[in-house]
Amino acid sequence: MTGSTETVRKVASNTTVRHYLARVAFGLVLTIVGLLFALPLVWLVLAPFDATPTLSLEWPDWTLDNFARLFQNPYAMRSIGNSLLLGVGTMIIVVVLGALAAYAMSRIRIPGRDGILYGLLLLSSIVTGTAAMVPTFQIITSLGLINTYTGVLLVLAGGILPTVIFILKDFMDSIPKSYEESARLYGAGPFRILRDVVVPIARPGLAFIAIWTIVQVWGNFLVPFILLRSPDLQPAAVLMYTFYTESGQADLRLISAFALLFSAPVLIIYFVVNRRYGFRFHGGIKS
Amino acid sequence: MAGINATRLVKEYPGGVRGVDEVDVEINDGEFFALLGPSGCGKTTLLRSIAGLEAISSGQLVIGDRDVTDAEPGARGVAMVFQDYALFPHMDVADNIAYPLRIKRVKRDDRRATAEKVADGLSLQGLIERRPGQLSGGQQQRVALARAVATRPDVLLLDEPLSNLDARLRLEARTFLKELQRDLGVTTVFVTHDQAEALALADRIAVMKAGKLQQIGSPREVFQRPNNTFVAGFIGSNPMNLVPATVSAGAIAIGDAVSTTLPPGTEDHVREGQSVVWGVRPEYLRWTTADEPGAIAAEVSVVENLGASVLIAVHVDGHKLQVVVPEDHEPAPGDRGYLVPTGSKTLLFDAESTERIG
Repeated sequence: MTGSTETVRKVASNTTVRHYLARVAFGLVLTIVGLLFALPLVWLVLAPFDATPTLSLEWPDWTLDNFARLFQNPYAMRSIGNSLLLGVGTMIIVVVLGALAAYAMSRIRIPGRDGILYGLLLLSSIVTGTAAMVPTFQIITSLGLINTYTGVLLVLAGGILPTVIFILKDFMDSIPKSYEESARLYGAGPFRILRDVVVPIARPGLAFIAIWTIVQVWGNFLVPFILLRSPDLQPAAVLMYTFYTESGQADLRLISAFALLFSAPVLIIYFVVNRRYGFRFHGGIKS
Repeated sequence: MAGINATRLVKEYPGGVRGVDEVDVEINDGEFFALLGPSGCGKTTLLRSIAGLEAISSGQLVIGDRDVTDAEPGARGVAMVFQDYALFPHMDVADNIAYPLRIKRVKRDDRRATAEKVADGLSLQGLIERRPGQLSGGQQQRVALARAVATRPDVLLLDEPLSNLDARLRLEARTFLKELQRDLGVTTVFVTHDQAEALALADRIAVMKAGKLQQIGSPREVFQRPNNTFVAGFIGSNPMNLVPATVSAGAIAIGDAVSTTLPPGTEDHVREGQSVVWGVRPEYLRWTTADEPGAIAAEVSVVENLGASVLIAVHVDGHKLQVVVPEDHEPAPGDRGYLVPTGSKTLLFDAESTERIG
């Protein structure tokens, strides 16, 4: 009897020890992984204020000169504005067309509907970027849209729309049909229903799509790089590529300061929209 | 206010399945009308066809004196309360109730005033600024009703109005609905699969099966004189006993040994040797231990307590019947005794066509 209690106690203490060891090890792994992700961000915040930034992480020799120099660059601030224009422009196209297409896809029976959706999604995610570089360039050239925002907006929106339609269709599917039928019975037409019922309920989804689109466009280098020629049209992501010193070295002082400015708007948009709309969803009763 | 008149109404789905099959129904102005049937019988499809949410394949639908067969849902003067209430989650109660008025471009202040008045009438005072998600099931239902009646529709349609409420609330809501309908005097059609609900609420009931109408009548009519064995078995909280039998020597022979008298009024409509189904409700069978003329010998197999009464299952010559016995007189399983049918309440159906005889 005593023997068995002893064993139980020993086994129990063994399990607690092992349990704690496992937790410590787990915490350690997480810390390392966390650090790996955090270090570049720390660099992003510190390097711009360093008089002589390098690619390694070090305590800065505090200065604001980097920013002063950046503001003297004629294209720097303008490129941030260009990025904003492209991001918001693409966002508007994508949200409006995406919402309409997703609503239609969700509510109307088309033979092979899912096939169309998956096909679009697959093509847009496989044939993208570098693979589509030459044909994209040729199409836009023959349309005479080279070095115009129209061309860039079309290509960017076209690349993002399939994914957006796919995500939004799921959202629209989860809105009970009875909401719309109810509105129809009171005499509301399709656009009225879309405005009064579908859009407000799908708002968190639309907000997500809007942010996601802006972030995608904000970071997109290839499309504007290929399609835009004039330096004063170039967005921030492309402009950063031109920050070299006379000797052909990457100008880390400019790049680091610009990188910090470049990342700020996206973060601000995210926090504002999240606070304002929140990623909530109003469901039906029997959902 | 308006009546509804459907003539040979058909709703056919792609593939040829008929959800509603040649239904003729006339619903009077101000009537409380129930569409009753098991799930999949087409009752909801018929309701949605009246609303205009399902396109009618053929036939004619008239509301009031207007042919609305092809009219848009919004142009029929109907309002509908959906099974899930379909309250807009992003609008408060007042906006929900006033939504139909908003579409009709009523001014904001007038909308608000109407919404408040209607909400008061449905005892929703103090809830007007809440979101639907913050309301109980019963309150949500009343908001949905308020929204439906706010526009003073000619016809009110209710899809399974009580099914989303819990059992106790359901009885309360049932009384409430009946009162509301009487006060408004609006022609009301509701769909239910619960025969008790239909019997309790409706002025008249249409019983449906597989898209076809089985019977239209007052609750008393469909309960007492069902057209066929389906209606007989569907109506009543304890289904009617339906026993296969044959007509033999001016009486009904159940198996070889047992026989009982023909229901009154059927004598001239049966022939000797005809296969029939003898129907009697469990409530109209009396259990006795002494033999009487017309009594049927039976053996008790199961006893179920219903509170004020007891439902017993008995065997009669290989057939199973149910009998309701008042409390304090219940037999025990295995007891032998006799069933005395209340002669005037028994029914006879033809075995082949399942239609009532006489």
